[in-house]
Amino acid sequence: MNEDIKSFTISIYTENNIGLLNRISAIFQRRHINIESLTTSQSEIDGVNRFVIVVNMTETNANKIVKQIEKQVETIRAYYHTDEETIYQESCMFKIKSTLLFEEPQIQNIIKECNARIVTVNKEFFVLEKSGRRNEIESLRRDLNVFGIMQFVRSGRIAVTKDEMKVTEMLLAFNNQ
Amino acid sequence: MKTQTINKKQVAEKTQRITGSEAIVKSLMAEGVDILYGYPGGAIMPVYDELYKFQDQIHHVLTRHEQGAAHAAQGYARISGKVGVAIATSGPGATNLITGIADAQIDSTPIVCITGQVPSHLLGSDAFQETDIVGISTPVTKWNCQVTKSEDIPKAIAKAFYIAKSGRPGPVLVDITKDAQFGELDFKYEKCKGIRSYIPIPKTDPQSIIAAAELINNAKKPMIVWGQGVILGQAEEELKAVIEKAGIPAAWTILGASALPTSHPLNIGMVGMHGNYAPNKLTNECDVLIAIGMRFDDRVTGDLKTYAKQAKIIHFDIDPAEIDKNVKSDVAVLGNSKESLALLFDALNKNSHDSWLKEFKDLYAIEFEKVIKGDINPTKEGLTMGEVLKQINIESKGNAAIVSDVGQHQMIACRYADFNVSKSNITSGGLGTMGFALPAAIGAKMAAPDREVVAIIGDGGYQMNIQELGTIFQQKAAVKIVVLNNEFLGMVRQWQQLFFDKRYASTEMTNPNFVAIAEGYYIKAKKVTKREELAEAVKEMMASKESFFLEVCVEKEDNVFPMIPSGASVSDVRLS
Repeated sequence: MNEDIKSFTISIYTENNIGLLNRISAIFQRRHINIESLTTSQSEIDGVNRFVIVVNMTETNANKIVKQIEKQVETIRAYYHTDEETIYQESCMFKIKSTLLFEEPQIQNIIKECNARIVTVNKEFFVLEKSGRRNEIESLRRDLNVFGIMQFVRSGRIAVTKDEMKVTEMLLAFNNQ
Repeated sequence: MKTQTINKKQVAEKTQRITGSEAIVKSLMAEGVDILYGYPGGAIMPVYDELYKFQDQIHHVLTRHEQGAAHAAQGYARISGKVGVAIATSGPGATNLITGIADAQIDSTPIVCITGQVPSHLLGSDAFQETDIVGISTPVTKWNCQVTKSEDIPKAIAKAFYIAKSGRPGPVLVDITKDAQFGELDFKYEKCKGIRSYIPIPKTDPQSIIAAAELINNAKKPMIVWGQGVILGQAEEELKAVIEKAGIPAAWTILGASALPTSHPLNIGMVGMHGNYAPNKLTNECDVLIAIGMRFDDRVTGDLKTYAKQAKIIHFDIDPAEIDKNVKSDVAVLGNSKESLALLFDALNKNSHDSWLKEFKDLYAIEFEKVIKGDINPTKEGLTMGEVLKQINIESKGNAAIVSDVGQHQMIACRYADFNVSKSNITSGGLGTMGFALPAAIGAKMAAPDREVVAIIGDGGYQMNIQELGTIFQQKAAVKIVVLNNEFLGMVRQWQQLFFDKRYASTEMTNPNFVAIAEGYYIKAKKVTKREELAEAVKEMMASKESFFLEVCVEKEDNVFPMIPSGASVSDVRLS
């Protein structure tokens, strides 16, 4: 009966409400579920926000939690998906000493090979940006770590699902009531 | 320019320029509120000033503690089905409401709490009596919000009432800054009719009704367990019709009590930790278990791994998050119980299950012999809680509303009180809040002044909100108060006896003179210590037109049985 713990991406469409993040995070906290990453942004629908939350848990719990999230008054819809059911990316930035760019020719090769982008360069430092899967970002970080990284930051996961989200239909149905 | 002038004129006709605080009171009145419970203080004073002006239209009940206000609002809501309202100031006033709000959340009680808040320019500055009440109340409210602009007040209150009452009801808190109360707005009140992100009642899938009916029609040993969802959905008649048509024995959770009269031949009693022997035991014998408006609380199910594993489970609920939360269902029927039970009724065959029903009767006979007889007709010297309930039944004829607190007396009250009328068992079920009963009884009595309201309380819980005797006295609320005094925190003591080798850690109480305290509040009071005094005293209390306090000194170390020890299976219910 012991169910596997898997990584799930939880997508939540919500009204833009100041206290909702608290309500949603409390639902995870109650069950001692650690949030691996959380991003919130505008969704494809004007005025509707979208949370993308990555958690590791059993599917049974994912199902229960999604229903408890959906129950919140300002949640429009909530879904959970496995990694295979989503297209996902993370993004990261590195701040590195500018001198290294000229002194260590290998760095230029690393940047080219991994499709990273130089955002800015000045006398002291340059900033590198890369989007991709976690393992790609991690491998880049390992490669650059040899030369020294001044700052590193990685975003939470953003994801779109392969299947359709019927949020617009739901909102239209409400308007037509 | 011309059109603008016309528009302005139209607006002027429809709206009034008033202060935020007046708008709060007018919004409450527009929602039909004629009574509210609360306690004044700095950040809510502008609203109290308006309540003073409108006192002939809206009655403010000054409780003696904000917790009392929240529980009184709950009692009001539970007996009437209407939204109860509590009001408090910022800081401690607001935090004192929290226990009542949490209680209302877990027991799905519609209440709206209005709290004052420090002026918006002081928010976040640790101002005097500032607490982040929206943050604090978030996990225990169905919805909450903070209003910092006067013009947002009517909409926030309209939304609060709509959310509290619709779908699965619950508590809502609206926190309003003092500057929003002082500011002015063009007042126009429109009731909230819907929120696009919120579906209060999910649609009932006709297929689910067909599937449920098929299981029930083919069942040999069907059993119903209903909960408060039947009462909240006003589906008492529909439940009765379903039970009678299909001849199904039906048991109730503590909050479902009174939806079907106690005397109904298919009413087989209470399930759960101290429920009746037969429905607990036969939960693990039935072939179809039909759960209606209940949430498979751990106090109902005991060990989930051994709960009704042999049965097909049908779960009726308004809240999709309850489906498969604790017990996996074979058929889930979403929707309002009133409508879904009516649909089920049409799809059911007329049936009877006499030999199955006899199994319940046989087990009841065992429970009667081993437990009930000794509880209600004791032969030992000390008084029992059960015989007090029996006397109350004799006098009330099953027509009183029973408001119980939490503990042994609560289990006895729910097991033995007779109910003819729905919404008559008012108790703190999910949260188990000691101190609930006295203020809740005030709210219940004020909502239903024509009904007899009897608060049954232990000596422990009574002292948790004993200050509300002041409210009873001031309001002349004719609440009947029965304290079953065993000089112990009885339920904890029972557990200490059974599971902690009788180490009675901090459960013995040295009690004050309760009669003198009641009399100090000018409430008629009596104390009973002997069996021969009991009947007369209960009679006098029930006949009293005013509030009455009755202390009954009961056996100190009685236990409540049957009992399913924590974590045990329902079929391991103990009779001693």
